[in-house]
Amino acid sequence: MNNQKLYALTALFDTPDQIMKAADRVSGEYTNYDVNTPYPVHGMDDVMKLTPSKIGYFTISVGLTCMSLMLYFIYWTNNVDYPQIIGGKPFFAFPTYVPIMFEITILTGAVLSVLMMISILFKFPNNAHPLHDSGYMKNVASDKYGIYVEAKDKNFEYAKVEALFKELGATSISPVYYDEEETDWKPQTWEPKFVIGTIGIAVFTSFSVYMHMNKVLFLPPFNWMMEQPRADYGEVSNFFDDGYSMRVAPAGTIARGYIPYLFESPDSAAKYMSNPTLATKENLELGQKKFLTYCSPCHGNLGEGASRLKGQMPPGPDLRSEMYQDFEDGRFYHTITKGKGIMSGYESQITREERWAIINYIRVLQKAYGVPSTNKEMAENVENNQEASE
Amino acid sequence: MHTEIKDFDSDLRLEPPIVEGSRTLKEIDDAIIAPLDRLPNMKFWLALGFTSTLLMIGAVALGLSFYYGTGLWGNNNPVGWALPIVNFVFWVGIGHAGTLISAILFLLRQRWRNGIARFAEAMTIFAVITALIFPLIHTGRPWIAAVYLLPYPNQHSLWVNFTSPLLWDVFAVSTYFTVSFVFWYVGLIPDFAVMRDRAKGKIKKLLYTVFSLGWRFSNRHWKHYEMMYLILAGMATPLVLSVHTIVSFDFAVSILPGWHTTIFPPYFVAGAIFSGFAMVQNSLIVIRKIFDMEDLIPMRTLELMNKIILLTGMMVGYAYTMEFFIAWYSGNQPETFTFVNRAFGPYAWAYWIMFSCNVFIPQLFWFKKLRTNLFVMFVIAALVNVGMWFERFVITVTSLSRDFLPSSWAYYTPTITDFAILIGSFGLFFTLVLIFVRILPAVSIAEIKAVTAQGQPSHTHIHLNGKSNEAH
Repeated sequence: MNNQKLYALTALFDTPDQIMKAADRVSGEYTNYDVNTPYPVHGMDDVMKLTPSKIGYFTISVGLTCMSLMLYFIYWTNNVDYPQIIGGKPFFAFPTYVPIMFEITILTGAVLSVLMMISILFKFPNNAHPLHDSGYMKNVASDKYGIYVEAKDKNFEYAKVEALFKELGATSISPVYYDEEETDWKPQTWEPKFVIGTIGIAVFTSFSVYMHMNKVLFLPPFNWMMEQPRADYGEVSNFFDDGYSMRVAPAGTIARGYIPYLFESPDSAAKYMSNPTLATKENLELGQKKFLTYCSPCHGNLGEGASRLKGQMPPGPDLRSEMYQDFEDGRFYHTITKGKGIMSGYESQITREERWAIINYIRVLQKAYGVPSTNKEMAENVENNQEASE
Repeated sequence: MHTEIKDFDSDLRLEPPIVEGSRTLKEIDDAIIAPLDRLPNMKFWLALGFTSTLLMIGAVALGLSFYYGTGLWGNNNPVGWALPIVNFVFWVGIGHAGTLISAILFLLRQRWRNGIARFAEAMTIFAVITALIFPLIHTGRPWIAAVYLLPYPNQHSLWVNFTSPLLWDVFAVSTYFTVSFVFWYVGLIPDFAVMRDRAKGKIKKLLYTVFSLGWRFSNRHWKHYEMMYLILAGMATPLVLSVHTIVSFDFAVSILPGWHTTIFPPYFVAGAIFSGFAMVQNSLIVIRKIFDMEDLIPMRTLELMNKIILLTGMMVGYAYTMEFFIAWYSGNQPETFTFVNRAFGPYAWAYWIMFSCNVFIPQLFWFKKLRTNLFVMFVIAALVNVGMWFERFVITVTSLSRDFLPSSWAYYTPTITDFAILIGSFGLFFTLVLIFVRILPAVSIAEIKAVTAQGQPSHTHIHLNGKSNEAH
């Protein structure tokens, strides 16, 4: 008992009326005191001169904040990260977001307020308070109404407080002591129990998640959607008359977005097609990029016919020559699409827009040819760009 | 004291005491906690054996469904939303009574609720747990359902569809569960502290100490606690109305005749309260008997609940007739056909079970003699539950089985697996309820103490029920 210090002097009363009177008297003389009752007694806050709880302001501010964040999150998913039109509604379909915003307001407002109340206002969990496990606490938990004055109150005098309680008609008055070591004890981060427990939980969690994601989902019956009977291509099928599992698309089927190329000869292409694109900066840059990728190995970086293939293929013709200057755009297009002589068609590699952009770029090369001041500059530019793209 | 003031006082004290008999506060502790300290009686083990048998039937049926697939169910092509969704709506509706009793009646200062609020809140939580099983198993592969129900960053860079009522449902029901659980736990904290200070066994003491968080009954804490409770009640009230509204949106936002009606939200909410009260009534009568709590849950409470059942039953009856009226008044052919088909088509049997159980039978509660008879009210409440289950069946199945295109019509018959899962849901619910009543105080100790005759100081006597004015 030597290291035990006085925490407070407590008194128990039998009726709510008595505790109201006692609280009224004590609140006039002391500040560090409290009333413990098995249930909230009406009017006690007024007697103790406590201000009304302001917890509601916290609830509404945290609820509205989280509601705004949720609205921004929904907006971001549907409008920024993956814009989609669903059910003919606009990208930002506000009325359909209202139910979720409402639920989030309630959810966060309620849960965060309770957590705040417990951890900040009550400083719970706290099972090391001196009053715990005292006879006083056992009584106020059941049927008595208790009041205590803490020893740290500046007006605290043991005899005076005891006399006051007696005067008020307390049924029992008892001091509560505490062990300084016990209440000042702080959880130790590197305590072996705590460390082993934390590691154990981490290992168990990772192990079970790993087993779930990598093993359990691949056991029957969870894997049945992967193992259900199906026909793979190349397999014999008894279901179809021709015995093939693989089906051939009906005649005339084309892939989505694909436009068939109908011209047989360069002459008709030259006659009926014109370049649908404008030689803007973006278009020329695209054409330059594609030209350097697909055309320059044989035709040279400037279209001058300087092959980089070192004799493995014959060099392509000089695209700047007069013959090619007179080529119509459609004729170029036909050649790129279908190929010519030893050059193969690039229909599957270069899209339609890119082919027209290449043609625009070739026109630029042709115009620049024979203009010495720009020719050199341009050659340098092309070299630099190529290095950058490599 | 002046006579006129005296009359004024006695008028305010017309309300009879909430807790019958004159128990002291200590006796209240004993009455509520003592059953948790001793081994339960035979009645309890019989009840638990029965409900856990039902639970096992459901578990076997679910296991078979997972192993062989959902082909074991009766769901067919037009009726894809069959029994799982019927059961989901039914159980979510059951949960609503709990929040209504604990939150709305709290805000309306109906103090007779104090005796049953804890129990009703627990029922809410268990009903929502039971309800959540059904949409999950209806996905066919519940073990990966979380992957497409929640918005989280994934390698497909896809997000959930925030404009869909089904997703609103995910948010509404999970919010409802979480907030109900928090509300319930906040109410339990002082009771855990009472049990902590009474506990004899070491393990019991440890558990109660942990869950009570170190509650000290301090008035400085009660101040915040009461405000928090009020706020939670205030938030749970619009929440409970929103949850069944959103459940009704699952139907009302679609274009199917019989579903696409604006009456659905209030109609569903009224029906939810109706069925929920009936279920609370059924469970209370049984629990009251098993645990001998006749004086903590007096007949007056049960009678008041019967009055609410009568009221909401008539609201539901109004909705049924108004649907018919609007179907005729709108002049919309598919709509008219759907309702005539409901009442006189192949599912007429289900419709008339629904109508008689929900609208006709509760009218018996107009008679005080029947309203206060335990056996009669148990039977009527059970029939109301049957009727409300059939209401969801009628709404879901009749509209789907005969929609716009006659060539796609089909009749839906649930299989034995469907029914076994339904039985199992009742088993799960009642097993949880029985376990709850065994291990936690089924009546809020702090709340019931506050409404005893001597519970409050005399200067606030106008808030009281009993004879507490001797101090004047």
